[in-house]
Amino acid sequence: MSDWKTIIGLEVHAELLTESKMFSPCPVVDSVEAAPNTAVDPLSLGLPGTLPVVNMQAVEYAMMVGLALNCEIPPVNQFARKSYFYPDLPKGFQISQYDRPLAVNGYIDIALDGETKRIRVRRAHLEEDTGKLTHEGDGSSLVDYNRAGVPLLEIVSEPDIFSSAEAEAYSRKLRALLQYLGVNHGDMSKGVLRFEANVSVMHKDDTAFRTRREIKNLNSIRSMVRAIDAEVAWQIRQYESGGAVTPATLGWDEAGGKIVVQRYKERADEYRYFPEPDIPVIEVSRDWVEEVRAHLPELPDAKVVRYTADYGVTDYEARRLVEDRAIADFFEAMLAEGAPAKQAVNWMLGGLFRTMNEANVGYDEIGRIRITPAMLAELIALVQAGTINNTTANTLLSHMWESGQMPSALVKQLGLEQVSDTGVLRETIETVLNANPDMVAGYLAGKDKLIKALMGQCMAALKGKGNPQAVTDLLAEALEARRQ
Amino acid sequence: MKFDLETVRGIAELAKLELTEDEIATYAGQLAHILTYFEHLQELDTSQIEPTASVLPFTNVMRKDVAQPALDPSEVIANAPDSDANQFRVSAVLPE
Repeated sequence: MSDWKTIIGLEVHAELLTESKMFSPCPVVDSVEAAPNTAVDPLSLGLPGTLPVVNMQAVEYAMMVGLALNCEIPPVNQFARKSYFYPDLPKGFQISQYDRPLAVNGYIDIALDGETKRIRVRRAHLEEDTGKLTHEGDGSSLVDYNRAGVPLLEIVSEPDIFSSAEAEAYSRKLRALLQYLGVNHGDMSKGVLRFEANVSVMHKDDTAFRTRREIKNLNSIRSMVRAIDAEVAWQIRQYESGGAVTPATLGWDEAGGKIVVQRYKERADEYRYFPEPDIPVIEVSRDWVEEVRAHLPELPDAKVVRYTADYGVTDYEARRLVEDRAIADFFEAMLAEGAPAKQAVNWMLGGLFRTMNEANVGYDEIGRIRITPAMLAELIALVQAGTINNTTANTLLSHMWESGQMPSALVKQLGLEQVSDTGVLRETIETVLNANPDMVAGYLAGKDKLIKALMGQCMAALKGKGNPQAVTDLLAEALEARRQ
Repeated sequence: MKFDLETVRGIAELAKLELTEDEIATYAGQLAHILTYFEHLQELDTSQIEPTASVLPFTNVMRKDVAQPALDPSEVIANAPDSDANQFRVSAVLPE
């Protein structure tokens, strides 16, 4: 057992899916796709004489997140100016929240190795995103202000996270919550959701925290896990070899798989916060909070309870189904199409996920594949009606994946109907038995297992389309007839 | 109210100002004078007055989430000292 314990606090920045910016009616666009500076207004440019006006939708989205994170929503929240001297926000300050954030004292329960652990959420506050800098490598940078002023929610955890695995579970759960609430797409590659990890280590004899270093620029959860593991290993090596750890901001080089120091912090950051004089405080009445709470959609934890109670799926299956909203939506759409829950789960987590894996398609893209909930529900119905057997159904799945056609149409087109016609089956069985007299003799002499081999031969002769139950019964019958 | 030179240097750094030693000494004196004046203000009894961030009697000034047309990119960069393909060009922030 190691003498060292990992201590992690996560800061998560989530852009909110509003139409317009945080403090002005400037449109919000996809900042990766849109041409530079096409979604910019005088507020985004920090021009003199402009006046910020709060986007009420952003406040309500932030409240939804706060409530979903089990936070208290204080009766008053207030914006503040934070000194900021980079050209990606041209005002010289960022409008954020400081001592009166919108949400405080929440938590997320994560499930890890069958155990539930509670990670406390310190606060969630609203602010404006910055523009985007492209470093030209010639001593200059280009600035695009499309993203400047987009509503941004910062969610800060307590340092309750003790491993990269816990950090991953927390991040996945938080991302899922944001998606369920419909306030963020969760696409880290586009930067709409960004994680920063504050990492330190603690020796078993320590009574206080040691120096932490902050890892930024993590553009996937996988990168975050790798970066945390690398940083923890480095800090422990540093201490054990008698070295020191000084505060620093770090980046992660995904290609090189290594931590890169961006800057050392000689002194604590000094942001000179003061109340934003241009924005009156926001009073949040208890009626408002309850109204927002009443409109919250069903969240993952509640879905797990419902799925296990109402549909008889296991806890493990339910958790896999709710991991991403798109998966849960797919499942519920299958139920709406009349698919029995147990079969729906088996086909989704089994055949469909296997097919997606083979095609290298992420499970979160389940809403964008050619196979629809209606198709998979029909496939199950065809199996249950005896039109096709399980083997054929699996074959059909790959045809559905390729063509996006309904399974019933494919069955006709490919001639895959299950053969249940007793006459045809008897005829095939007789042919197989006549062709394999040794196996028949062996079976009749007591080698029971040979019936499986014969069954396989029959199914092969039927091109896999034989009704398995009917073939089994008729085969046993034909063999018994040969005892006389 | 005393104001030491180190504090002035710290403030200058936060404000991204480059000051000479003479200026630092001058501003230490001036800032001390200003703060002394605020100390006078603090003598007032404000125990009966609610703290406030604004003198205006407003709360909850918010707008609906409706987008209006953005500026044309050519207008956006009209005042830029340097630009390239509708982007502002500035001195690099993080040395590569």
